[in-house]
Amino acid sequence: MALILERRVERARKWMWLSPLLALALTVVAGAIIFALAGVNPLHGLYTYFISPLMDGWDREKLIAKAAPLVLIGVGLAVAYTANVWNIGAEGQFVAGALLAGLVPVFLPAWQGPSVMAAMLLLGVIGGLAWAMVPALLRARFHANEILTSLMLVYVMRLAYDWAVRGPLRDPQAMNFPKTVRFEGWQVLPAWGEIHLGAAFALVAALVLYVVMVKMLKGFELRALGSSPRAARFAGFSEHRAIYFVFAVSGALAGLAGACDVMGVSRQLQAPYEPNYGFVAIIVAFLGRLNPVGVIFAGLLLALSYMGGETAKVTLGISDNIAKVFQGMLLIFILACDTLILYRIRWQGRA
Amino acid sequence: MKSVPAQTPLLEARKLTKTFGALTANDAVDLVVREGEIHALLGENGAGKSTLVKMLYGALQPTSGALFWKGEAIAIANPAAARVLGIGMVFQHFSLFEALTAVENIALALPGDFDLAALSQRITTLSADYGLPLQPSATIADLSVGERQRVEIVRCLLQNPKLLILDEPTSVLTPQEAEQLFITLKRLAAEGCAILYISHRLEEVRRICQRATILRQGRVVAACDPRRETPASLARLMVGGDIHAVRAHRDEAAGPVRLKVNELSLPPDGPFSVALKDISLAVRGGEVFCIAGVAGNGQSELFDALSGERLADYGHAVEIDDQPAGRHGVNWRRRHGAAFVPEERLGHGAVPMFHLSDNVVLTRHAVDATVAANRRVLRPGARAIADRVIAAFDVRKGKPDPEARALSGGNLQKYVVGREMDRNPGVLVVNQPTWGVDAGAAATIRQALVDLATRGAAVLVISQDLDEIFEIADRIAVIARGELSEAHAAREMTPEMIGLYMAGMAEAAEAQAAGEGSHGPHP
Amino acid sequence: MDAVLPILLTIIAAATPLVLAGIGELMVERSGVLNLGVEGMMIMGAVAGFGAAFMTGSPYLGILAAIAAGAAMALLFGFLTLTLATNQTATGLAITLLGLGLSGLIGKPFTGQPITRLPNWHGIDILVIFSFILTGAVAWFLFRSRAGLIVRAVGDNHTSAHTLGYPVIRVRYLAVLFGGGCAGLAGGYLSLSYTPQWIEGMTAGKGWIALALVVFASWRPWRLLAGAYLFGAISILAFTVQTFALGIPSQFLSALPYLVTVVALVIISRNRLMLRANTPACLGRPFVPDR
Repeated sequence: MALILERRVERARKWMWLSPLLALALTVVAGAIIFALAGVNPLHGLYTYFISPLMDGWDREKLIAKAAPLVLIGVGLAVAYTANVWNIGAEGQFVAGALLAGLVPVFLPAWQGPSVMAAMLLLGVIGGLAWAMVPALLRARFHANEILTSLMLVYVMRLAYDWAVRGPLRDPQAMNFPKTVRFEGWQVLPAWGEIHLGAAFALVAALVLYVVMVKMLKGFELRALGSSPRAARFAGFSEHRAIYFVFAVSGALAGLAGACDVMGVSRQLQAPYEPNYGFVAIIVAFLGRLNPVGVIFAGLLLALSYMGGETAKVTLGISDNIAKVFQGMLLIFILACDTLILYRIRWQGRA
Repeated sequence: MKSVPAQTPLLEARKLTKTFGALTANDAVDLVVREGEIHALLGENGAGKSTLVKMLYGALQPTSGALFWKGEAIAIANPAAARVLGIGMVFQHFSLFEALTAVENIALALPGDFDLAALSQRITTLSADYGLPLQPSATIADLSVGERQRVEIVRCLLQNPKLLILDEPTSVLTPQEAEQLFITLKRLAAEGCAILYISHRLEEVRRICQRATILRQGRVVAACDPRRETPASLARLMVGGDIHAVRAHRDEAAGPVRLKVNELSLPPDGPFSVALKDISLAVRGGEVFCIAGVAGNGQSELFDALSGERLADYGHAVEIDDQPAGRHGVNWRRRHGAAFVPEERLGHGAVPMFHLSDNVVLTRHAVDATVAANRRVLRPGARAIADRVIAAFDVRKGKPDPEARALSGGNLQKYVVGREMDRNPGVLVVNQPTWGVDAGAAATIRQALVDLATRGAAVLVISQDLDEIFEIADRIAVIARGELSEAHAAREMTPEMIGLYMAGMAEAAEAQAAGEGSHGPHP
Repeated sequence: MDAVLPILLTIIAAATPLVLAGIGELMVERSGVLNLGVEGMMIMGAVAGFGAAFMTGSPYLGILAAIAAGAAMALLFGFLTLTLATNQTATGLAITLLGLGLSGLIGKPFTGQPITRLPNWHGIDILVIFSFILTGAVAWFLFRSRAGLIVRAVGDNHTSAHTLGYPVIRVRYLAVLFGGGCAGLAGGYLSLSYTPQWIEGMTAGKGWIALALVVFASWRPWRLLAGAYLFGAISILAFTVQTFALGIPSQFLSALPYLVTVVALVIISRNRLMLRANTPACLGRPFVPDR
């Protein structure tokens, strides 16, 4: 017996909706098996992982707070991947944004007022954007594979951040702990409970990019380039311009997410700092069908997987790596289910 | 050679049927091929010829029906099995590996020891014997289309085939190269090899084939001796009715020059691409100017330079209505009245996964305010244009606004040509307008090109199809190795002259044009 | 000599995992498949190899386990990209993300545990020697054997290979499994010989660097070996310099391998025509035959 793919004449609309749901269902089933293997009652495990974080109001706030950076980064990546440009270095751009935003409280501690908040957010955007411009330039100018360069730059930025926080940015009063001074007053994002302003940014970014991708010529251009580069060139669209554009958008949003994270959550820079939002946002982008509105829901789901991982660690004593396993499985299942959009699957006996 | 009773056919297919989903590509096809005959398989694009021979070669499995080899029922499980039986095949779109050498390509099709040095020796001997010179160590990417075909043929010959299948072999050859191929085929037939010859060129079928089987819409409609038929009677059998010839030529083109190319040169832009050398031409309003040439001689590079997908070094290299366009991109050229139809329908002329209406936006977003304005895409406007094109060109489709890839080749080509015609352009550049398109759609497209010229547009057609060129051209030039010949009035050109130009023998061609009729070199 | 030998041995230790993983990926890419899951297969090899060695006490069983774990991940990758024709870029990323998480989950009890290290002479062990044999064997296979020619043919034009009757999907499965086994082995080298211990995320991007090396080597085995050693030399020399020149932050030196990789990619990719002529023409393109 062998699996046979039959090409569909057109994409199956039905499966564009059903595929993520099927993938989620398969992930839950696979998760139950993993819990069973780990010696945990599968139902109890699944309840702890997926449901219990939603039962508490405080946790629900935390969920939105966690989803905010994922959505911010994820919508940018969705735009990039639509254009077939593979920025997988959002984690580095995120850290760059955090680092640059953190310069203000360290070097200008006395600066207060709304302008400082704007400046820090702007610096975050600039940091992410600048760091994203490196792989963009190397791809557009030297044809260097952006997957590899953007990823390498994650490691470089993590080390640069580590050096900065242990060196020039360290709070001399912190007893040699690798962290900066705490951000105060206007250096901190306004928050409602756990939810900080970043969540609003995420919502706005998703809606704006939705309009751009669906209604505007720019979105048409990016979809054409991603789907058929030669035909897009025939339409007069420039591949180079698109590379810079999508790296700029995804880098800027990742940088903004980084600034929001340090301004709204940790309220200082600390080492080590490896939130992994930049990598998980890759999954968010795919699960959201590369559609900015879909990314909002996907972001919430992946935020839940983070929270579930923490809950599982505390109440079940399982390593929080379980979250990464769930996230990886989810991406694998969604890719597998997406096959149904383009193909019919048949079983066939060997001839 | 084994003796087979003369009445037993070498290969016989009975009621061979192949379906792909709902589509029946071959419907109860009967075919008989005998030793030593050159047997034509005729039919227009989409008639099911390729499907049939792929089943004979084991590349596809029949849905039902039976095959007999020397009178015995067989199943051909895969191409390797076909090769073991003695069936060789030369593909239309070659099955060669560009990055590998000729000898490596040939070794991949041969069983037995893996000894490239010995194989090279055999290749050299055999290819010299059959007048098909070949360098075994050459990389395929560096070879011309004709040389690639030689690799395929030699690959088959090395297996001592009893049946050789050739799919449209002359469509990529110059007339002179085709003559050489006919000599080789006749010799093979004389040696007892059966040849199944797929073509839609009726003249050459009548010249070299003893029998013909004609397919239409997947069915055998006739089996005949092509030497006793006329091209017109064969064509009727293929198409199932008369094809309207393109309406007569217009008066002498008198319009102003609307498209001009001045000493255009461009370096190659890829490892397998051709450099353009010093190309000059002028197309007047009201005329159809055709560029003939064998595939891979710079046609797509010239098209890209004309459309603005690649920019020239200076503005006057390309002029549209007397305005320098060489440094301007494709949308500037469109805004100045030009339109373009590239060779590849899917993936160049249209985005396969986009709906037909979105494919309107693709080429009209910069020139049509009903399609895109204020940086927004206006889908109702695009839909309206798509519907107009579909109605005007009778584009057949399964649902209101399908994805481009869901259309058949002929219908998508009509749509892509119609999309540009709908703008009523002053200059139209088309590369291979009817490549792989059924006869009905081809006639529609050719008529539309002629009509556009009649309305005063300059129409430049790049084509490999000499029949097409002689049908619609007012003037003809030939592109070979990135150089363009002098243009001649169509009525002064002959296929032989075009062949000489294709072979790069411009001087001999000029001599013929001047009526000297000699091939000797000029002093 | 006394000063040179330790440096040389460090270079060997840095280069060997890159050679092992790189040669495997080279075979995969020659068959037309882009496997971005090398990092994930490598770390699974590292944890499985360590775990097996820890539980059985035999580093050799560890090696086998490492290969098996890498190949198991490769099988999953192959099922997705070859049988289900999924996007190879995204699938490779998914395999890497999954591998990083799964290895952390499995490896939890092994953290900080000791194992019997692979027997070696000044750090030169069986895997170092094997990396040279592997390079030679793959070079011979690809360019001197019929099977290797078929692999190259499948990577150059899968449609033609299919038309000639070659089983494109099966050839690619075998190449992917081989590549996964090599990546797993590379991971095993890290946890059984190089460190030797289990540390979460211990591959630290080496799988990605191996991917870059394949491009840098223009898909040629001996060039890949040379590239890996050049790469090892540059990053190790920097560490040596550190002992003389004070004041260079250690983070900068740690970042050097990644920066070198980026620079190497830029150098090799600069000439677009040459890059395209060397790249297997079907790299990254899914194959679904008409039936």
